Amino acid sequence: MRRALRSFAHFWYDFVIGDDWRMAAAAVVILAVTGLAAHHGFNLWWFAPLAVVATVGGSVLMALRSSGERRRDR
Amino acid sequence: MHTALLVISTFLASSVEMVEALTIVLAVGLTRGWRSALLGSGAALVVLAAVVAVLGPAVGHVPLAPLRLFVGALLLIFGLQWLRKAILRAGGLKALHDEDAIYRTAVEQARNTSSTGREMDWYSFTVAFKGVFLEGFEVAFIVVTFGASAHQLGPAAAGAFAAVIIVGTIGVVLRVPLGRVPENTMKFVVGIMLTSFGTFWGSEGAGIRWPGGDTAILGVVSLVALSSIGLVLVLRRRQTLSEAR
Repeated sequence: MRRALRSFAHFWYDFVIGDDWRMAAAAVVILAVTGLAAHHGFNLWWFAPLAVVATVGGSVLMALRSSGERRRDR
Repeated sequence: MHTALLVISTFLASSVEMVEALTIVLAVGLTRGWRSALLGSGAALVVLAAVVAVLGPAVGHVPLAPLRLFVGALLLIFGLQWLRKAILRAGGLKALHDEDAIYRTAVEQARNTSSTGREMDWYSFTVAFKGVFLEGFEVAFIVVTFGASAHQLGPAAAGAFAAVIIVGTIGVVLRVPLGRVPENTMKFVVGIMLTSFGTFWGSEGAGIRWPGGDTAILGVVSLVALSSIGLVLVLRRRQTLSEAR
């Protein structure tokens, strides 16, 4: 039973969060900031698209850096 | 325009997932017989259709703003993962998705598993069911979320259904894994679409008013697409430079 629950949870984690949990966290933060700003009367429509681009760029560059480190270690 | 983008997105997402599912079904079908493989695939498609039929209208009853915030967040999380993988693949930092190699592995596994000798081959049934269900579940998720957020479940489901029919027909006619389908490019486009729609609906659900209304989605798609292509070019250049050293 516990094994079944664990694999069920693992499936959903893998399905939604995937390889890099930081991407998921960034998405939540981006929408939270957007919502907070809207709540206080600021229509920051440009924020989410730019933050998304920065998030993807950051994640890809981190992957590039870690692949470079792996190559140097060999 | 909005509807066209929506149909293209569900069609492409469904096509790539169905190509992957087809590889598994072909591997067990050609190696161990078709009956159980097709029964497994059919059972999975029925379950997936039921998921869309039940969840689609149910999600449609949720008020639009909270729905778009929730769905937008999920699509954004989901889309960012697709896009990251697609950029890393296109930039040469991650191995490309190779249907032919996956097919060979699946055939090998199917051959090495003993047959029960009975009419119903449960190995084939289970492998085909699992393959179609797991690949199709992502599509069901995309159809339900896209359809509910845009109040266009019909067009979203039609895009996915068209892909199932087209890929299924090609698979039945050719009976080889569709290794020549530009799957990695399609995944790249789907990643851009999921990320863009997630950003658009998530922001709208969070209380943002987009300049230009729904047409703003084109601006978001363009920004995400251009920056992603730029990242691929940077990665490729880095790869070329490091190989030259």
